[in-house]
Amino acid sequence: MSAPRSITWPSLFTALMYAFMYFPIIVLGVYSFNDSRYSASWEGFSLRWYRALFSDRRLLSALQDSLTIAIVAVAVSAVLGTLMAIGLARYRFRGKGLYRGVSYLPLIVPDIAIAVATLVFLASMAIPLSLGTIIAAHMVFCLAYIAVVVASRLQRLDPNLEEAALDLGATPTQALIKVLIPQLAPGILAGCLLAFVLSMDDLLISSFTAGGGANPLPIEIFSRVRTGVKPDINALSVVLILGSALLAGLAEYVRYRGDRQRQL
Amino acid sequence: MAQTVQSAATTATTETQPDVELRQVFKTFGADTAVRQLDLVVQPGEFFSILGPSGCGKTTTLRLIAGFETPSAGEVLIQGTSVSTVPAHRRPVNTVFQSYALFDHMTVKDNIAFGLKIRRLGTAQVRDRVAEALRLVRMETMANRYPAQLSGGQQQRVALARALVNRPAVMLLDEPLGALDQKLRKQMQVELANLHRQLGITFILVTHDQEEALSLSGRIAVMNNGQIEQIGTPSDIYDRPRTPFVADFIGDTNLLPGRVDQTYPAQVQVTTESGLRVLAQSTQSPRPTVQNVVVSVRPEKINLSLSAPGSGGNCYQGQVSHLMYLGTHLHCVVRLSSGEALTVRQPNRAEGAITVDTPVYVHWTADDCLVLNAA
Amino acid sequence: MTPVPSPLRPWADRFAPRRWLGPVALLGPGGVWLLLLLVLPTLLILEISLVPGLRLGQPSGGYGLGNYLQILQPVYLRVIGRSLAFALGSTVLCLLLGFPVAYWLALMSPQRWRNLLLVGFILPLWTSSLLRAYAWAAILRPSGVLNTILTAVGLPTQNWLNTPTAVFIGLTYSFLPYMVLILYASLEKLDTRLLEAAADLGATPSQGFWKITVPQTLPGIAAGCLLVFISTLGDFVVPTLLGGASSMNISRLIYNQFLGPTRAWGFGSALSMVLILAVSLAIALLLRYGDKRSVSET
Repeated sequence: MSAPRSITWPSLFTALMYAFMYFPIIVLGVYSFNDSRYSASWEGFSLRWYRALFSDRRLLSALQDSLTIAIVAVAVSAVLGTLMAIGLARYRFRGKGLYRGVSYLPLIVPDIAIAVATLVFLASMAIPLSLGTIIAAHMVFCLAYIAVVVASRLQRLDPNLEEAALDLGATPTQALIKVLIPQLAPGILAGCLLAFVLSMDDLLISSFTAGGGANPLPIEIFSRVRTGVKPDINALSVVLILGSALLAGLAEYVRYRGDRQRQL
Repeated sequence: MAQTVQSAATTATTETQPDVELRQVFKTFGADTAVRQLDLVVQPGEFFSILGPSGCGKTTTLRLIAGFETPSAGEVLIQGTSVSTVPAHRRPVNTVFQSYALFDHMTVKDNIAFGLKIRRLGTAQVRDRVAEALRLVRMETMANRYPAQLSGGQQQRVALARALVNRPAVMLLDEPLGALDQKLRKQMQVELANLHRQLGITFILVTHDQEEALSLSGRIAVMNNGQIEQIGTPSDIYDRPRTPFVADFIGDTNLLPGRVDQTYPAQVQVTTESGLRVLAQSTQSPRPTVQNVVVSVRPEKINLSLSAPGSGGNCYQGQVSHLMYLGTHLHCVVRLSSGEALTVRQPNRAEGAITVDTPVYVHWTADDCLVLNAA
Repeated sequence: MTPVPSPLRPWADRFAPRRWLGPVALLGPGGVWLLLLLVLPTLLILEISLVPGLRLGQPSGGYGLGNYLQILQPVYLRVIGRSLAFALGSTVLCLLLGFPVAYWLALMSPQRWRNLLLVGFILPLWTSSLLRAYAWAAILRPSGVLNTILTAVGLPTQNWLNTPTAVFIGLTYSFLPYMVLILYASLEKLDTRLLEAAADLGATPSQGFWKITVPQTLPGIAAGCLLVFISTLGDFVVPTLLGGASSMNISRLIYNQFLGPTRAWGFGSALSMVLILAVSLAIALLLRYGDKRSVSET
């Protein structure tokens, strides 16, 4: 290696910003092991908040609701969003610009506006709010994000790939399944992970489309933390952060594998 | 499908059925006409090239044959059967793309087997034919690699094998060597010629590289602006171009626009715009049908000398204005006293010191220059 | 000339009329979904916003602009002004804090670790935004971590929770990774040979920065600012958890019209339309005066 780099202002500043980004997360982690309920001071190591967390049936069922919503919404959106991206890349038709514009809307319009509109629409149609309505509403932004991520991958693909498959005798459907979808797989997976994280994180749209029957995790967390600091939420944070880190690691691994296959 | 094609072939004519035929084909994209009024016949077993500058419609022509585009008007026939409305996957042709378009989620072996598996051939048959194709392109040792692990030349071979393993009636090659460096290109040209000889399949090659087209093909179609300028053997195209475009595009040439003033049995006399009188043969190229013509004389047919040459042919005085030393020969521009600048290519013989500003004589025989109808 | 009878024709004829099948199969399901759950509901909101005084469970009168006029009352104008201030302030903060980070990552960080360092910076995005805001509440509350540290080093304690300061900290924290990501993408594409050329022509490093780096990355800067601005303008979680009662912004106000005690759906819908309009305006401004490229980056 070369001689150690001189410490420059940008590098020092960047280090400070990394600290800023991780400070709250570290605080949550440390205090999840703190025996004290109210004080910020250290009262000794304890696992009591983790015990409380794992015996909290309400929280666990909220987590289950959230996972159900995210998995179903993402799975359906993966199919619809991918098809949309392919359709937009492949066909020229009147109103295509409008279609594309509408598909970008969920990325731009604030959540609160989408949430309000969905609630009003469901109410006017007299559709009862349930887990199903949350899933339906989440699908709107999930499929938009997946379509955008898949479209950007599609743009980087060799346009001749599909033609090559057709040329070798594959029907358009076979070309889609055997060539195009496998080529798009990293993009589809990345889009799904993004949509999953957004769905798990969503508070507003869920709040407006959840009836009494469903209680996803963000709603449960929100109702608890808006009234103050709760140590068992600290413990939950640590568990969720570890889960997210696992997902992020998986995403990076998938990307790394994809790059490797291309470069080696 | 092979059977239906065959029966169509036996009923149609007794003479040889062309493998590919384009009749009065037009292709427009919006307001742009990519291909206009194209007539083309490619016989079985031919190595046929479509040559032209970029944007001349040559790739569109190939895509019309492959079935990626449908003609706006006219008809495309493959082995005597009209395929204008037949989708690409039902045509007995296979394409090698300029970008190769290899499936990089599959190994080399699976890439090559793709077409066979789609056609539901038996496992043993697929294995044998893939092995044979790998042998043909000398890639036996790479069967289990992924495309990303191969060099450009190796990817090119896989693309070739993936197409020819299906034993198509016609192989379509879209600038297949365009992405390779000069040396590899030459090597692959030899291999392409060998493959064509071994397989006996019709090859249609699209290229902008005249040398490639001249050295590989039995016949060449030169395209410009969506139209075919001339179809012929390499020597037809080079020695007997029919249009100024072909004369200029294939090899180098000097074009001198002028008017015909005398017509002899085998020659015509043309007066150029600057008043130069040039005698040109009119047996190899069609007799000029209009007054406005272009005289074409290739740089290597022009002789350069310091003293006045013997009589006969065309001879003019001028001055060397540029000189480039190219090892095997000299490339010079001679400005004639009448004003024209001629490009002259001289073998590098150590006779006489030609330098810039040397007064010289340029001369060539009437047989070495052609007269063409002005575009 | 006579057309050649083709044994393939029957198939071809069956193939041609089904041309519409592909687009409909690919674009239909997603399109219907977006139409049903995004376009129609938004149009419905627009309609409801034009019914003055609409409340849940009450009969409504005719159309009018009453809901929009209500927004012009000083109390609501202050809410909108505050929302804009939160958004603008945190956008500027994100740009000021994010640019040096993106610059260091893109141009100065060790090449081997560059990707990992970037991923490391945006990793907090993967965690719940709710919990990240909650973490700041735990830090900023009077008996929180911040004041524990301040007391330990002998500085006066601060009471920032439930003030705009906390909202700015929370919003900047939440959206800084997005800004860094977009600026990084822009700076990474910067042709450093331009800087070398500038230096060769006698430009000082700071001249090179202002005359080359900044103009070259302007589309990225615009895109990052737009993204942060529209995200912070409609944010709900941070102002609610960190801002307290004094930090009412437009999305909290909308929330209250629907899930709060007032249930004034007409007024809430009008506010929602104003929010959509503000976001559209920001995008239109960028489209008009910015570079097309910068929009596609967001």
